[in-house]
Amino acid sequence: MANGILKRLFVASAFSLAALGAVAADSITLASTTSTEQSGLFGHILPIFEKKTGITVKVVALGTGQALDVGRRGDADALLVHDRAKEDAFVAEGYGAYRKNVMYNDFVMVGPTDDPAAIKSASDAGDAFKKIASSAATFVSRGDRSGTHSAEQRFWKSVDVTPSGRDWYKEAGAGMGPTLNMAAGMGAYTLTDRGTWANFKNRQGLAILYSGDAKLFNPYGAILVNPERHPHVKKALAETFIDWLTSDEGAAAIASYKLGGEQLFFPMK
Amino acid sequence: MSIGGIGAAFSEALSLIAAFDHQVLEIALLSLQVSGLAVAIGLLIGLPAGACLAVGRFPGKQTLAIVANGFMGLPSVVVGVVVYLLLSRSGPFGELGLLYTPTAMVIAQVVLVVPLMAAISRQVVEDAWREYAEEFAAMRFNWRQSVRTLLYDCRYSLFVAVLAGLGRAMSEVGAVMIVGGNIDRSTRVMTTSIALETSKGDLPLAIALGLVLIALILLLNGLAFSVRNWAMRRFD
Repeated sequence: MANGILKRLFVASAFSLAALGAVAADSITLASTTSTEQSGLFGHILPIFEKKTGITVKVVALGTGQALDVGRRGDADALLVHDRAKEDAFVAEGYGAYRKNVMYNDFVMVGPTDDPAAIKSASDAGDAFKKIASSAATFVSRGDRSGTHSAEQRFWKSVDVTPSGRDWYKEAGAGMGPTLNMAAGMGAYTLTDRGTWANFKNRQGLAILYSGDAKLFNPYGAILVNPERHPHVKKALAETFIDWLTSDEGAAAIASYKLGGEQLFFPMK
Repeated sequence: MSIGGIGAAFSEALSLIAAFDHQVLEIALLSLQVSGLAVAIGLLIGLPAGACLAVGRFPGKQTLAIVANGFMGLPSVVVGVVVYLLLSRSGPFGELGLLYTPTAMVIAQVVLVVPLMAAISRQVVEDAWREYAEEFAAMRFNWRQSVRTLLYDCRYSLFVAVLAGLGRAMSEVGAVMIVGGNIDRSTRVMTTSIALETSKGDLPLAIALGLVLIALILLLNGLAFSVRNWAMRRFD
C-alpha cells in the first residue's frame, strides 16, 4: 500500500522532471560573467531575443576564468566574457571558433567615503592603486581569476606593486557581489564593474571614489565554443545569438538597458 | 544589517508568500521536485542499505557503517565538483548532456542523502534487531527476511531518516550551484536564489527567500508528521 503510493510518487516526479528538461528544446547554454547577470542586463535583453527567435538562452554566471574553463570542457555553447588577453588565447588554442566585440562598460574603484588613501585626488587609475598600496589601506581582491581580477592584477603590475601576502590585501576568492559585501563590511577598497555596482544594494559606507580613466575600459567579447572540438555544440543556435548580439538590433537592446536612468553597457557597433 | 533590516525582511517574506509571487512559486516548486525525487531515490537505496548494515554479517561491515556515519557530513561542494566532473562534456558521462539540468541536481543530491539516510536507518534497525534477534532466529528467518521485516516494523521510526534526507537536500547549496548552474527558470532553486540575492547585496530579499524556504521545510515536516499519525491510527 505505502509502497504503491511511493512508486506512483516516484514515477510522477520523474516524469515532471523529464518534462521540465524537454520544455527548452531550442536552447543554448551561455557561460557568462556575474557582472552581466547581476547587473540585470540579461534579464533585459534575453526576453527580447527569445521573443524574436524562440531560442532560450540559459545563462550560467561565473567569473571569466571559470567561464572559459567551462567552455574549454565543452559545457557551454557560447561565452560572453571580459578578459581580452585570455579570450584571444582561448580562440588561438582552438577552444573557441571566433571572438566578436559586443559591448563595453568600465571599472570603477569603490571604497569608504572618508577615503583614507585619498584616491579621489589620484591623477590616473594606476596612481589610485599606488596610493592604496602606500597608505596600506585595506583592499579586497576578487582573487578568483575573473576578468575583474585580471584587470586589477594588471594595474598592480603597472605600478610595480606586489600586493599578494600584504596585511592590507585580502583575497576573497569570490564573485563580485560577495567581494563587495566584504568590502562594505570591512570598509575596504575594491575594483568593480559599474554594472554590478549599480545593482548592488548593500553598500553601507561605500561609494565610487575613482572612475573615468580610459584604462578602466572593460570590453566584453562573445565567443562561439569550437564545434570542431566539441561536436555537440549547438552551432547554428549559438551563432544566431552571437549575430544578434552584434547586430543593430542587439546593440539597441543593450543600449536601452538602464538602471536608475543610467546606461550601463555600451555596444561596440 | 540592522535589526530594522531583519524586520523588513520578515515583512518582505510575508508579502512574497501572500502575493503567491509567481517566480518564487516556480523556484520553490523546482526545489521540491529536485529534492523530493532525490529523497525518493535515496529512500530506495539508503534504507535497505542501512538495514543490511544493521543485520548482515559480512567482512568490512563495521568500516562501512563508519563510512556511512562519516559521510552524513559529506561536504556538498565536494560532491558538486565530483558530479560536475563526471557529467561534464569532457567527463565519462558527458555524452548524456546532463550538466546544468535538474537531473544533474537530483544526482548530486542523491549522493548527499544516501549515506545520511543509510546511517540513520542502520541505527534505527539495529536497535530493533537487538530486540527481535532471538525471535527471528527461532523462526529461522534468513537475513533477507529479517531486513524486510525490520524495515516494515520500523517504518514509523524510519520517517526521521526521510525527513533528515529531505532537510539536507532542500537546504544544501554547494552541490546544486555547481552542477545546476543556477540558471534562471531552469535550474534555479531556493538555496541558489538566496545565494544570488546575497551576492547582489539584497540582503532583505535573501532573508525573505530564506524564510520562505524554512516555512516550506516546516510545512513538509508537519505534513509528514500528520501522514505518519494518520497511518499509525489507520493501519495499526
